[in-house]
Amino acid sequence: MIGVSLKGLAGRKLRATLTALAIVLGVAMISGTYVLTDTIEKAFDSLFVEAYAGTDAVVTGKGAFETDFGLPPPFDEGVLADVKALPDVEAAVGGISDFAQLTDKQGDLISTQGAPALAFGIDTSEERFNALKLTAGAWPSGPGEVVIDAGTADQEGYGVGDTIGVAAEGPIREFTISGIAKFGSVDSIGSATFAVFDIPTAQTLFDKPGQLDGIQAAAKEGVAPQQLVDEIQPILPVGTEVQTADQEAKDATKDVADFTKFIRYFLLAFGGIALFVGAFVIFNTLSITVAQRVREFATLRTIGASRRQVLGSVILEALVIGLVASVVGLFAGLGLAKGLNSVLVSFGLDLPTAGIVFAGRTVAVSVVAGVVITLVAGILPAVRATRVPPIAAVREGATLPRSRFSRFSPYIAAITTVLGLALLLYGMFADDIGIGQRLGGIGAGCLILFVGVAGFSARLVRPLASVLGWPAVRVGGAAGRLARENSMRNPHRTAATAAALMIGLALITFVAVLAQGLRDSVGDAIDRQVNADYVVVSDDNFTPFEPASDAALAAVPGTEVVGIRGDRGRANGTEENVTGIDPAAIASVYDFDWVEGSDESLASLADGGAIVEQSFADDEALSVGSPLRVETPNGTQLSVEVKGVYKAPPFWEMLGNVSISREAFDASFQDPKNLYTFISVTGGATAGGERALEAALVDFPGVKLDTKSGFSKSQQDSIGPLLNLLYVLLALSVIVSLFGIVNTLVLSVFERTRELGMLRAVGMTRRQVRRMIRHESVITAMIGAVLGMVLGLFLAVLVTQALKDEGVIFSVPVVNLVVFAAIAVLAGMAAAIFPARRAARLNVLEALQYE
Amino acid sequence: METMAEGDSIGATRAARGVVSASGVTRRFGEGDTAVDALRGVTLDVPRGQFTAVMGPSGSGKSTLMHILAGLDRPTAGEVSIDGIDITRMGDQELTLLRRNHIGFIFQFFNLLPMLTAAENITLPLDLAGTKPDKAWVEEIVAKVGLGDRRAHRPSELSGGQQQRVAIARALISKPTVLFADEPTGNLDSTTGEEILHLLRDSVDTYGQTTLMVTHEPRAAAMADRILFLADGLIVRDAGKSTASEVLAAMNELRR
Ligand SMILES: Nc1ncnc2c1ncn2[C@@H]1O[C@H](COP(=O)(O)OP(=O)(O)OP(=O)(O)O)[C@@H](O)[C@H]1O
Ligand SMILES: [Mg+2]
Repeated sequence: MIGVSLKGLAGRKLRATLTALAIVLGVAMISGTYVLTDTIEKAFDSLFVEAYAGTDAVVTGKGAFETDFGLPPPFDEGVLADVKALPDVEAAVGGISDFAQLTDKQGDLISTQGAPALAFGIDTSEERFNALKLTAGAWPSGPGEVVIDAGTADQEGYGVGDTIGVAAEGPIREFTISGIAKFGSVDSIGSATFAVFDIPTAQTLFDKPGQLDGIQAAAKEGVAPQQLVDEIQPILPVGTEVQTADQEAKDATKDVADFTKFIRYFLLAFGGIALFVGAFVIFNTLSITVAQRVREFATLRTIGASRRQVLGSVILEALVIGLVASVVGLFAGLGLAKGLNSVLVSFGLDLPTAGIVFAGRTVAVSVVAGVVITLVAGILPAVRATRVPPIAAVREGATLPRSRFSRFSPYIAAITTVLGLALLLYGMFADDIGIGQRLGGIGAGCLILFVGVAGFSARLVRPLASVLGWPAVRVGGAAGRLARENSMRNPHRTAATAAALMIGLALITFVAVLAQGLRDSVGDAIDRQVNADYVVVSDDNFTPFEPASDAALAAVPGTEVVGIRGDRGRANGTEENVTGIDPAAIASVYDFDWVEGSDESLASLADGGAIVEQSFADDEALSVGSPLRVETPNGTQLSVEVKGVYKAPPFWEMLGNVSISREAFDASFQDPKNLYTFISVTGGATAGGERALEAALVDFPGVKLDTKSGFSKSQQDSIGPLLNLLYVLLALSVIVSLFGIVNTLVLSVFERTRELGMLRAVGMTRRQVRRMIRHESVITAMIGAVLGMVLGLFLAVLVTQALKDEGVIFSVPVVNLVVFAAIAVLAGMAAAIFPARRAARLNVLEALQYE
Repeated sequence: METMAEGDSIGATRAARGVVSASGVTRRFGEGDTAVDALRGVTLDVPRGQFTAVMGPSGSGKSTLMHILAGLDRPTAGEVSIDGIDITRMGDQELTLLRRNHIGFIFQFFNLLPMLTAAENITLPLDLAGTKPDKAWVEEIVAKVGLGDRRAHRPSELSGGQQQRVAIARALISKPTVLFADEPTGNLDSTTGEEILHLLRDSVDTYGQTTLMVTHEPRAAAMADRILFLADGLIVRDAGKSTASEVLAAMNELRR
């Protein structure tokens, strides 16, 4: 029996291969994800481990509380001498770490696409503390010298002796490249860059006179790191802390590990979706082959094969396909890892990589996932094969007996759909559940919903095909009409084929609609808040920037320039965004929707007042007159009084939950920076006015000026890269479903060989044959697209509803949906190429005599 | 592009010669030791409006001959012309158009499209050609084959005889120059078979439909105007109208 099944498989190579391809892609995605994220993780690990290779203890500054962004405050460099003086310290060096962007040869800032543009001030006198390795030149010495990273040097064509611009705080300054370096054994640090200076240079550049950001210390022979830490601890001033180097590396790795873990699960989710779609394809293919082999199974039964053996033979077939596909997918994943990385890079997520990591876990998870999915998909067809009675061997035109359950199938589909919906709603709307439960509910609910909809979509095939087949009849004539009939012949087959595509399109539509909603919400929120002609933000739209540009802008005649300071702070103990606003000018550029107080209340900010956003006011039970305690990261405490409560659009609040006067902000926050600068111009925005403002910004790299509408558009566009990334990843599932269409068509062509022979005999041309197959494919694809888009819209409605309180609007991107439908048509055409060619090439005579 | 009128005009100018003619047709299957010569030099000429039956023992090459005459297969050597046009060197596209306009087929296994109704199956060749069916003609054909009340049924709802009637109507609908039938009654019981044969005879008499039919049954052959006996890939006898018993006798002679 095993022999029969394997020989059968070998005899249906094409079908087996096409079936396997459906799984290969999903498995490759999984294995590729593991390989890529393992590689990234290893690179980060080596970064941190190597960074502290020769270090036993690390002293850093310590803020009043740790914020999500921002560096710990620097401390006095006198600490270094104290540490050095300790008996067990063998050696110690101080260092500066900050951020500084480099320029390319044209003098423009090199974008790190969200990755850090690192800057170090290092003491190279002690080799053991230095994690960087020179690849050319020498370490910097003196105020004009810098060492840059090898990646930037390669990419921008810089060599030792060249001049390069460095933008730290303020305008670009020129340095001479004294050397080029890399991080230990790490191949690439992604799109991150670094610039290295000697310590005095860094102190001046970053405005940290007589200060350090860190001290690395090595213990004398025989002194344990912890012992060293214990020794350093007592001599440290307030605002500093000490840790063993191991602990420091671990802390750093942990943050990164959380990040790579997120990327891993994110990508795995798409691998999972591709596998899920693959399962549909496999289920359908096996169902069709089982139906086509009724005679064969019956014959096996007449010669004494048991039901069990028939079952076993189909399961074995699935097992072999699954195993082969998984192994192929596993190795394809090695290639795909590179592809995934370039996808991430092109969407601005360029992460460091080291040598490729191919872990045992990758092998195990990929193979198990691939095999299990294939087996699960194969069970139903296998069970169906067992129901073939021996008598079918002698009956003309024997077909599969209907399942005992088939009359319940609409109910099963309905129950499945309802169950999926229930889970989905639970995940979206239930209160008091964790994020894991929420995502789990939504994810599982979606999958079950897809299965349910696929279950009764067979009933929708006829009506959908008659409508969607109309263009085929119009343009394809008789071939088109036959294509439409063919697509309705086997509603279950067409439905299952279309369902695979439906899943991909549902998710793509969902993403597109949600994205459109987010864009509109952002646009709406900006419209409601901003009342300025121009807005200045940093190039990446979110990094706070030096407020020095405000003065330059204000020098342009006829302008009112209002910088909005912003940072993290603690308000009554909870961490919040705190903004510093100009009480006299803010109302002319920002529209407040007052709940308590009015624009007049703003004047009172100047003497210890604050305004708060309504949601925060509600949470903290604040109203006008309530006292509020604000604490900055460096420990400064402010006591303010609430002077007004306003309502901001929840999705895109441009001010922090707490706003104080700019003066108070500047006095209490370290290194105050602007989130935005709003500019009103007398006479409104004009091309001339814009030129004058642009000219004023010439010395301030890293920020951009936009009209209000341009600003709104660029804020809305900022989800573009993420959206594209999602599209690309979901495209994978669409490709898998296309294999499904190819598969079904090939099997149908094979099944209808005689019919094709007859059609050719009575005058169907090869072109008409191809056209007929192509239209059938397009109709199937359109059914999938329509079902998918409706489902996607439905899911988007649900999610928007769930996010209503966050201010997310429901908005349908009509153009996108039309494009998706067009893509589905093209995809259908592409899927038909191979089957159509096969059908057209059939020899008429042989086809006519085909049994 | 391709119209009935074109076919008719060609037919008119070449009417002098046979509507189907073959000369020195051979067909070899396979190569070397295992090669089979299915036809070994067949020459024949079928005049317009004739009902010709082809008989012979199993494996004598009947089907092969018919396939070659109909342009479904190519001879290894020799020439075939339909309506005076050499078809042996035609490409696939030309052959398809030839089949569309000049040739009708009736198969042993009916070969109807299961998802189309009887009426749709009948007009299929016209649909493929993109020509509008002449309503009166369709009505006439449907009435002639006796399917008036069954036209909206699908093949699975029709008996074998009814299915073959649909197939005959489908073959006649485009007024083909020649109608080929390979054992059209082979899959039917004798009464039904008889009806089908009468239908074929009728179409020859009423429309002058040139018809070439391969058959095993003497009673079927007796309906024809002319009977060709094939043995071992050669025409061994070319008889005129014969009775069933004459045909049987001739067959028995051949077997000897
Ligand atoms: N495609 C083919 N390949 C090889 N040999 C073939 C092929 N088709 C026919 N033959 C051989 O050619 C010979 C003639 O076959 P053909 O089908 O024409 O016979 P027939 O007279 O129609 O027989 P029957 O009455 O059984 O239908 C036979 O010996 C057959 O085996
Ligand atoms: Mg034959």
